[in-house]
Amino acid sequence: MNPVSVALAQRDLAVRPGSGQSVPENSLARLRRGGAATIVRVLNLGDPAASRRLFDLGFVPGAHVECVRRAPLGDPAIYRVADYEIALRRAQAACIEIEGAR
Amino acid sequence: MSHDHHGGGGATVATGLRRFALVGSPNSGKSTLFNALTGLRAKVGNYPGVTVSRYEGVATMPGGAVVVEDLPGTYSLDAISPDEQIVADVLHAGDERRPTPDALLVTVDATTLRRSLAMVAQVLNVDLPATVVVTFGDELAQRAGRLDLAALGRALGVPVLGVPAADPRAVDALRRHLADVSAWERPVLPPPTDPAETRVWIDSVLAAADYAVPQRDRRTARVDAVLLHPLWGSVVFFATMFGFFQVIFTLAAPLQDAIEALFGLLGGLVAEFVTVDWLARFLAEAVLGGVGGVLVFLPQIALLFAMIALLEGVGYMSRAAFLMDRVMARFGLEGRAFVALLSAFACAIPGIIATRSLPSARDRLATMLAAPIMTCSARLPVYVMLIALLVPAEATLGPFGAQGVAMFGLYVAGALAAMATAWVFGRLGGRRQGALPFYMEMPPYRLPRLRTVVAAVWDACVSFVRKVATIILTTTIALWALLSFPLHDAGRLEAAGIDPTDQAAVAAYTLDRSYAAGLGRAVQPVFEPLGFDWRVNVGVIASLTAREVFVATMGQIAAAEDPEDPGTALAAMTVEDGPRAGEPLFTPSVLASLLVFFMFALQCFATIGVLRRETGGWRWPLIAFGYMFALAWTGAFVAGRVVGLLAP
Repeated sequence: MNPVSVALAQRDLAVRPGSGQSVPENSLARLRRGGAATIVRVLNLGDPAASRRLFDLGFVPGAHVECVRRAPLGDPAIYRVADYEIALRRAQAACIEIEGAR
Repeated sequence: MSHDHHGGGGATVATGLRRFALVGSPNSGKSTLFNALTGLRAKVGNYPGVTVSRYEGVATMPGGAVVVEDLPGTYSLDAISPDEQIVADVLHAGDERRPTPDALLVTVDATTLRRSLAMVAQVLNVDLPATVVVTFGDELAQRAGRLDLAALGRALGVPVLGVPAADPRAVDALRRHLADVSAWERPVLPPPTDPAETRVWIDSVLAAADYAVPQRDRRTARVDAVLLHPLWGSVVFFATMFGFFQVIFTLAAPLQDAIEALFGLLGGLVAEFVTVDWLARFLAEAVLGGVGGVLVFLPQIALLFAMIALLEGVGYMSRAAFLMDRVMARFGLEGRAFVALLSAFACAIPGIIATRSLPSARDRLATMLAAPIMTCSARLPVYVMLIALLVPAEATLGPFGAQGVAMFGLYVAGALAAMATAWVFGRLGGRRQGALPFYMEMPPYRLPRLRTVVAAVWDACVSFVRKVATIILTTTIALWALLSFPLHDAGRLEAAGIDPTDQAAVAAYTLDRSYAAGLGRAVQPVFEPLGFDWRVNVGVIASLTAREVFVATMGQIAAAEDPEDPGTALAAMTVEDGPRAGEPLFTPSVLASLLVFFMFALQCFATIGVLRRETGGWRWPLIAFGYMFALAWTGAFVAGRVVGLLAP
């Protein structure tokens, strides 16, 4: 194994242990189209590797995030974070806790 | 999305040369840079023991040739898919399974620098000399962003070069830079890997490099407002797909006519100048007939790959995947699988290769097993021939030609069957493995690079022509021999009541007693319930190598029966043996059975080969062949019975 990868896989994102499968009240999945918010943390709703990947994609605590657009059937949605646009499904957006939604 | 296309083909590249590896996220201009450095001389191979393709090419440098390896696109060295694991492994000097590069080129999109630096931080922790190649600097300037490349280099502690996509002077500068790796600066301290420290490091690097975030791409926002609109986006999507097929079928037609004319001309030359009878027949029927009948599809394949590369390069494929994601989710797949299945309309092979953009192994396998059912271009000639026999050219259904409607119906049926297959295999695989997170970058709309499109088309055409020159040529020659031998002497013919000077009668007698006829009759019990006779059986067996061979084989058989007018001979064929002897062979029910059989059966050596390569073993190709044959036989039986009741 590449030692760099091993070190990265051991990163502690200070994620809360899985809090059941329910979508948290203040998650990115609830952000309305055109809305903006600040990311509080990436929750661990099952797979720690998935949470670390969201972190690597720019969903880091303190980052500004916007919901740019939703697909015709409401899911997935395009978010703007770290100065670029990325599509996430509801299941992934639900792992991202936000505050200050407007 | 990393639907990579690279010119050339083959397996390995010369060893002993200095190796450079390209590392970067998807959409970072990595493959464009690879094509610019290596031209159309890339080799596509495989990483030993895994199902990930490997792209290598030789690039000419001032100091001599070097090997450039294009690693799979990844957002992190914290690998979550097989492709990403390869990147982590190749960058690990202690991993002896694959050669470690001598130096790294990290491609970074200047317009997404903040996110890209997270990956740069990880890569600079690998103990290898590295240069950061900043792409899309021109776009950054256009969108009123700012970046001081020299200051970025000082902040990172490694050389930084700006290479706007395919700018020849910048590529030349990069070549000169690659000539002297020993002079590359190395960071004094590697960047941090701790999450909190990494964020601080990224902020400090961005500040030091005087980075100004580019404005939002207004053009992309305006175009997306239409293309991703709930109503208009869907309208444009279906119009695009419709246009896609219109181009393939209408634009290709004159080119195909030209190829047919060329082979007609060659056939005329053979008839005129080759006086040895058997040699003339061999050249005309086996070589020209077999190869020409298949090479007609080259224009369609070239157009299809050109359009996929264009849509990909513009950025529309990500939008199509975004629009289709919810629908694909119904079948247990994700939006990117749509792109793979769409590619499978051209040929299952690019479809299977395109599944590499799927991070989930479960989705990948389900999509790979479904792709061969999509109506590929090899089925097209078979469908055209069978529909022409089944539906009169002048028949109409409302304002549309009935033949066209039948063809459309076959495409729709193939697509539905493929989706259902993906759903079943996804369910079977889902019990063993959890789902990976779904994420997909939406890059700004960009002008596609001509070089990338040319490389994609070149790659596809070369591999198709290679298939024609090897598998299909060998098969048609072998078939010609099986259909033409054994020969019978005059005494034997006279004893059977055949006039040895009547060429048509001799040909028919020889064909009926050929080795191929024996083979076709031997498998008759399998195909008897479908209404096939030995001649159709020979065609079906021959088409196990490639579906188009069916057309060439039936053409050979018909030509043997009536060399003057094989088309009419084919339509007028009657059953020779068994209870239906004397009745027309191609009844509506037999034709329906054949159409459905070809819809499902995995008759393609090349697809089986690619499945073996991509899944790393024989298990899945054998499963695919088995389930598809079962579907094909059952479907053909049912279709034959239903049509037999409707049109006795």
